[in-house]
Amino acid sequence: MSEKTMTAAINEAIDQEMARDERVFVAGEDVRVGGPFGTEAGLHAKYGDKRIVNTAISELALTGLGVGSAAVGLRPIIEIMIMDFVTVAMDQIVNQMAKMKYMLGGQARLPIVVTTHAGIDSSSAAQHSGSLEAWFCHVPGLKVVMPSNAYDAKGLLAAAIRDDDPVIYVSNKRCMQTSCEVPDEPYTVPLGRAEIKRPGADLTIVATGRLVIDALEAADELAARGVEAEVIDPRTLSPLDMASILTSVRKTNRAIVAHEAVRTCGVGAEIAARIADEAFDYLDAPVKRVGAPFTPVPFAPVLEDLYLPGKTELMNAVRDIGLI
Amino acid sequence: MATDLSNDRMQHMLRQMIRMREFDERAARLMEQARVKGSVHLYCGEEAIGVGVCEALNADDYITSTHRGHGHLLAKGGDPKLMYAELFAKSAGYNRGKGGSMHMAALDLGIIGANGIVAAGAPIALGVAYASQYQDNQRVTACFFGDGATNEGAFHEAINMAAVLKAPVVFVCENNGYGEWSPTATQTAIDDIADRAAAYGIPGIVIDGMDLMAVHEAATEAVRRARAGDGPSLLECKTYRFYDHVGRDFGVLERDEEEIAYWRARDPIDAWRTRLFELGVLDAEQAAAIQKEVVVEMEAAIEWAEAQPDPQPGDLFTDVYSEDLA
Repeated sequence: MSEKTMTAAINEAIDQEMARDERVFVAGEDVRVGGPFGTEAGLHAKYGDKRIVNTAISELALTGLGVGSAAVGLRPIIEIMIMDFVTVAMDQIVNQMAKMKYMLGGQARLPIVVTTHAGIDSSSAAQHSGSLEAWFCHVPGLKVVMPSNAYDAKGLLAAAIRDDDPVIYVSNKRCMQTSCEVPDEPYTVPLGRAEIKRPGADLTIVATGRLVIDALEAADELAARGVEAEVIDPRTLSPLDMASILTSVRKTNRAIVAHEAVRTCGVGAEIAARIADEAFDYLDAPVKRVGAPFTPVPFAPVLEDLYLPGKTELMNAVRDIGLI
Repeated sequence: MATDLSNDRMQHMLRQMIRMREFDERAARLMEQARVKGSVHLYCGEEAIGVGVCEALNADDYITSTHRGHGHLLAKGGDPKLMYAELFAKSAGYNRGKGGSMHMAALDLGIIGANGIVAAGAPIALGVAYASQYQDNQRVTACFFGDGATNEGAFHEAINMAAVLKAPVVFVCENNGYGEWSPTATQTAIDDIADRAAAYGIPGIVIDGMDLMAVHEAATEAVRRARAGDGPSLLECKTYRFYDHVGRDFGVLERDEEEIAYWRARDPIDAWRTRLFELGVLDAEQAAAIQKEVVVEMEAAIEWAEAQPDPQPGDLFTDVYSEDLA
């Protein structure tokens, strides 16, 4: 056990799973030099060209490399450097890897992990800052994972690599810079299981990725004002652990759903709808959603700050439902 | 050369082409009768390519196919009973009735699948071939696609990456003169798709796709090259789609009768049968027997397939994921 960044935890998970299973390999742009975020640091020296496949800037072919190799027995990790670049690979993700098992009548197993880096980080502007996880939650056949800390990141990635279905693994860039205690030995965090990051009786905040960090800060501030917020991180967005969310809402009777992605048709919309549908009688206030406004991500720092949802927006939502 | 092949093998190749033709003629009629739902894209006219290429492969080699894929499946060992069952949307079909004509696959035969997305098989073929390199199992992947697919980004990305990795793929372009309902010349500014190989540093070869032996010889060399670790090749087989894009006559495409007659006169089955007569490998009686046996096989396959049970309602929810997530 030692303190590690989420980036280091991801690197450790890849390394340990590659050591554990010969079928696991990584393909992506610039992975030979460790990837731009360092998630593959040191792995090329250890595993060589065959298992750390440095590909052309060619996201569609790269993803097809994953689909085809998985269909015949390998367990590829396909790295799409920046989440906005998945647009180039969408056919292979949505029409091929997601549907293949079903439309082939169960013949294929597609144990693929698509790792990608999402979110706002120092004025990367509209094509390098997206949080597009909701797109993939809309596609049957895919699983979608979004860790918020280094411990979950390592365990969820190990679970995703060992899973027999395609998993879109989204690392938020802000979260990747955070650290926490992470065991050195391999372990898994099961997919499809939410975790209560902070217990509370007065309000449920369902937060994903970066907004978990903001929600925990908001909860501290709320506690100082006598409001106990329960912060739940779904960790896996598809399949979603609604049972844990509903149990919390039935206890607190109030819910805020928060993510960095655009609010409109975001994952929060699904969670809010399901809370309304399945826990309506327990609600003492409308379910509020916190997310980015309906604009592309701006470049100017002054605009990016306005765009990025965080503690301020969470506190505004708490105010809206009359708790402070 | 044809004479290097045994008589049995040459007769087998004729039978395979006739099976493709008779399978698809019946599939078209079943669609016209609305006994088969959805759409079928007919391989009629292109049989020499599927047979010529797949006869150059080993049983444990792989293929990826297209929306026009029935012929490829039969060439790689597909069972017409299970193929018709899939067309009839029966649970006995290759895809348990959940795929249909455009998604038929048989992974145990190395048939990674037809595909409803033009050119999508190319990146998948790259991946399958990379797995063969990874596992060092000496298997080759033949990737079938049409001329239209070579204008998709997926084709260019895949062929480039396969060339860089020296992946054991044979890219087989079936240039039938039309992409959907539009002539190739309205979609592609070059005469020969094979020229595109130069951009990726791999061999590109133009072949008469109506000539079984021309296809087979070129495919044999490309397969040898791939298996030896020398990387992919692009074979462009010039052929003709005897029928419409979908079914026999969709009612959209008007084609010149002379053009159709020109290509019909070059029917690859007739050409190969005549060649076998000339070589003394086959006589008229044997040819008639093969034809009759294939018709009996296909009629029996249809009768069996149509009588199979429909999928159960619960099948709607199976195989979305590896385990039940409810």
